[in-house]
Amino acid sequence: MEQITASTLDVERIREDFPILKRDVKPGVKLVYLDSTATSQKPASVLKIMDDYYHRSNANIHRGVHTLAEEATAAYEDARQKIAKFINSHFPEEIIFTRNATESINLVAYTWARANLKAGDVIILTEMEHHSNLVPWHMLAAERSVRLEFIPVAADGLLDQVAYKKLLELQPRLVAFTHMSNVLGTITPAKEMIELAHQAGALALLDGAQSVPHFAVDVQELGVDFLAFSGHKMCGPTGIGVLYGRKALLEAMPPFMGGGDMIRRVYLRSFSPNEVPHKFEAGTPAIAEAIGLGAAVDYLSAIGMDQIAAHEREITTYALENLNEIPGLHILGPEAKFKGGVVSFSMDGLHPHDVAQVLDGYGIAVRAGHHCAMPLHDKYNLPATTRASFYLYNTLSEVNLLVKGLYKVKDLFGE
Amino acid sequence: MDDLYREVIIEHYKNPSYRGTLDPHDISFEDENPLCGDHIRIDLRVSPEGKVTEAAFSGHGCAISQASADLLLESVVGKTIEEVKALTNQDVLDNLGIELGPVRLKCALLPLKVLKAGAYGLTKADDTLIGMEE
Repeated sequence: MEQITASTLDVERIREDFPILKRDVKPGVKLVYLDSTATSQKPASVLKIMDDYYHRSNANIHRGVHTLAEEATAAYEDARQKIAKFINSHFPEEIIFTRNATESINLVAYTWARANLKAGDVIILTEMEHHSNLVPWHMLAAERSVRLEFIPVAADGLLDQVAYKKLLELQPRLVAFTHMSNVLGTITPAKEMIELAHQAGALALLDGAQSVPHFAVDVQELGVDFLAFSGHKMCGPTGIGVLYGRKALLEAMPPFMGGGDMIRRVYLRSFSPNEVPHKFEAGTPAIAEAIGLGAAVDYLSAIGMDQIAAHEREITTYALENLNEIPGLHILGPEAKFKGGVVSFSMDGLHPHDVAQVLDGYGIAVRAGHHCAMPLHDKYNLPATTRASFYLYNTLSEVNLLVKGLYKVKDLFGE
Repeated sequence: MDDLYREVIIEHYKNPSYRGTLDPHDISFEDENPLCGDHIRIDLRVSPEGKVTEAAFSGHGCAISQASADLLLESVVGKTIEEVKALTNQDVLDNLGIELGPVRLKCALLPLKVLKAGAYGLTKADDTLIGMEE
């Protein structure tokens, strides 16, 4: 990565690290992957470390004393340390391995929330949340009669901060919100919002599924209490995610799932829970995947999160300029300076599924649908949108191909 | 394997100098390693000036944890409680003179964990039971 300068990535060099980007979607049609917000592609280093693990060190972790078990345990715990460093958490045991951001948020809902919240307690969410930060709270509300309140999304695609301050007067117990919308691309002012939540006596949970992969996230600087994110959106494998929690909070929380490894002592009719992080990691975890995520973090760190963010900003700005020129195309969300590498749009007279299907014919992978944010689409009176999203391996010429493809869609449908 | 079971470790495991219990004692704490079930109790007698005059450990565990406990208590007698609080994981590894992987490290460090918990004035391990009473 020695060719990287302050503001630009050597994208061609980076693309060499991702074997899948070399494939054709069909004979002679190159893949243009613009769906990293759904899941990112994986560099060869991540694939290799998982392959090596299964070829050389595969063993269950934590109890074995044989060489393979020691190697597997060391690699798994080493991955935890790498991730702790990546988000600047104070202790590695503040990193809980889960399946994904969804499970991380559910963990908080099932343990902290059920142990601490009672009927009438207020949780503040936002209108731009992914279903993963809505449905766990719906389920809690149904069970505990907690009250859910929502920060509105203003016309400019940003959260209405005046309305937020007003909602804080309800003395909420928790403010749970996205760090970056997976539909609008809006990057929320997390540090300020967390400070306000704390001043109001609430804890703050940040859904970092879209932020941690794309720009530097520092949990100590943010002062956040819980941060949830997924490995597969940040060059890691599926099946592994993280819940960061402040140690004192994690220690006071009841366990999540019951089983092996999360116990300290088991009797016939009772048990005492293990220490964090093990208290929250019942059963054999996704060992290879955790190791793979550790390698993904190494990969991203070597390139530099600030460089990645700068590259995505450049490509998003370029995409917004060019897409805006297409007649009848409407982009959701804020202007480029408040936005990550996500561009969702609607096109007059065209259904997103048709747009995505035609683009696929040209090898262009975009997503069509509600992107797990149905309430947000309801707000815009759109059943679905088409979404193109960018990561470190995308190029400006891929944006050109997208624009060209969209004109072909319009031609085909006579729009 | 030969490296792990250095002569000094076998010796302290087979013929510990500090094995037993102290009754009465000024400090006593016990805890276990949930990974393998090793259980260690450490008792201390402390002089009015705050120095450890006698120390003993009991319980059960592997050679690494038992030898680690014996070597640790050997190093503790004569120290003040403040000095005990300042002991580090590295001190334990220096005592043992071996390198350990993450699994066995837990075995080696259990005695220090128990000792420091006692030195800090804890009396009971945090083993809140969840479930029905036995």
